[in-house]
Amino acid sequence: MDRKTVKKVARLARLELNDSQEERLVEQLGNIMGFIETLSEVDTSSVEPLASVVDNELRLRDDKVNDGDQQEAVLKNAPETAEGYFVISKVVE
Amino acid sequence: MTDLTKLTLSSALKKLKSKEIKASELTDAHLAKIESNKDLNAFITETHDLARQQAKQADDRYAKGEAKALDGIPLGIKDLFCTKDIRTTAASKILENFIPPYESTVTQKLLDDGAVFTGKLNLDEFAMGSSNTTSYFGNVINPWKRNTGDNAQLVPGGSSGGSAAAVASGMVMAATGTDTGGSIRQPASFCGIVGIKPTYGRCSRFGIVAFSSSLDQAGAFARTTEDAALLLQSMSGFDPKDSTSVDKAVPDFSKNLTGSLKGLKVGIPKEYRVEGMPLEIENLWEKGKEWLEEEGAEVVDVSLPHTKYALPTYYIIAPAEASSNLARYDGVRYGLRAPGQDITETYEKTRAEGFGDEVMRRIMIGTYVLSAGYYDAYYIQAQKVRRLIRDDFMNAYKKCDVLLTPTAPSAAFAIGENEDDPIKMYLNDVFTVPASLAGLPGMSVPAGLDTKGLPLGLQIIGKPWDEETVLKVGNSIERAAGLSTMPVTMDGKRSAA
Repeated sequence: MDRKTVKKVARLARLELNDSQEERLVEQLGNIMGFIETLSEVDTSSVEPLASVVDNELRLRDDKVNDGDQQEAVLKNAPETAEGYFVISKVVE
Repeated sequence: MTDLTKLTLSSALKKLKSKEIKASELTDAHLAKIESNKDLNAFITETHDLARQQAKQADDRYAKGEAKALDGIPLGIKDLFCTKDIRTTAASKILENFIPPYESTVTQKLLDDGAVFTGKLNLDEFAMGSSNTTSYFGNVINPWKRNTGDNAQLVPGGSSGGSAAAVASGMVMAATGTDTGGSIRQPASFCGIVGIKPTYGRCSRFGIVAFSSSLDQAGAFARTTEDAALLLQSMSGFDPKDSTSVDKAVPDFSKNLTGSLKGLKVGIPKEYRVEGMPLEIENLWEKGKEWLEEEGAEVVDVSLPHTKYALPTYYIIAPAEASSNLARYDGVRYGLRAPGQDITETYEKTRAEGFGDEVMRRIMIGTYVLSAGYYDAYYIQAQKVRRLIRDDFMNAYKKCDVLLTPTAPSAAFAIGENEDDPIKMYLNDVFTVPASLAGLPGMSVPAGLDTKGLPLGLQIIGKPWDEETVLKVGNSIERAAGLSTMPVTMDGKRSAA
């Protein structure tokens, strides 16, 4: 784990890090990944990945509207709104 | 006059039904207890007015003979369950002012059963932690003290530390929690109470702030196994709003609590005898086996060979799912916004300002293991090992009905200990994580005190959907241990007395 990787991952995760945070994370993530590394010694060549512990098939519901028309509730916690929309800074030039 | 905060939930229900006590008295007694235990910092948001109002409505129903299953029982709710019109923070700055416009399914069920909500309980930020020291709203203090006179403030365990501390100190009769890798069982052990995590899929996750969706499961804290069964009963059941909720009948959890364990086979996994485990925990485990044998159970040795890979597996899967789940905190639709020059900078500043160190660390690990080039080596490999861990349990259950292990490798430690090294902190969950990965029901029951007078729990792990046996074995240990679950403070007095 090096500084460059930490910077790259932080960018992917959309986290702004300062110098001291980056430094600390280089060390801590290095240690944690070292700890995790032991998994590579397990032979899993004939094992299927387990994504869910419940053998549920995803259920389908009837194709009918059962919720909605809740603009006020949806916008209630937004940092900034206008005319029933979420407001963000300009993204298209 | 009896101290109403020392009653069990089940005895309070009987007294309410027989009109010996009123729900409003019961709630007032608990609200007073909350006032006098502020130093424990167990609550993030208190809802005393709401509680009094709910208690009054409960009294009306008792008067009319229309009482519900938990009518008038003062509860605490982990602040990870969305509660309509009541602030829900996940103990994070990023949700500091979030007021959900909807109710989680589990809390709705409790409300439907007449429960009284005293407030929202503190936790580790986004339920990430084992000591309740990562909350934006400050550390929770364990009501128990060592008897050595050092007066150190101890952690309540985590992540459901506020829930455990509130139940142990008598501020509430029972509380909800969530368990992703041990977040109910480990704090229950540290605070000397009962904590049960049911089978994955038993309780709806709808409205619970998501951490690791394939592991998160709601559960119950109480001071007795019977009380835990009553709370879990109300929380359980199928919910079409959660695609991983399982449509299965919920048995009556408190029906078969007592009785002989004749014919029951209790497995002892040899891999849980870890190096450096304190002798007193080892001894307590032995004692637990003897207690169950005296009740007629047969103890058998079993092996769970992939146990040592459980923590590394967990620390890939949980952060990976967390990094994905927490991507929603972008400062656009709800939560904190820290404005930047453009939208990307706004995201980056918002998340840096809104998340604490442990949450950022886990997002970073998760993002790394999911990133291009590493996905197969880490994430897929972890999912494969997860299957091997689950297969271990299923093989063990060919030889036994239930497993008995210690809950945690130590008693409650002091605030600040284990903080220098994240991995040291992660090791707290070494006995609880495997059952989480396998989706199995697990419970911690207080079984003894260590030499410093602190509680230690034993963990019972059951087959999928067999909470009944877990509760029955737990009840047996509870009776044999004969332990008061009221915390002993330094002066040797029980704090709730």
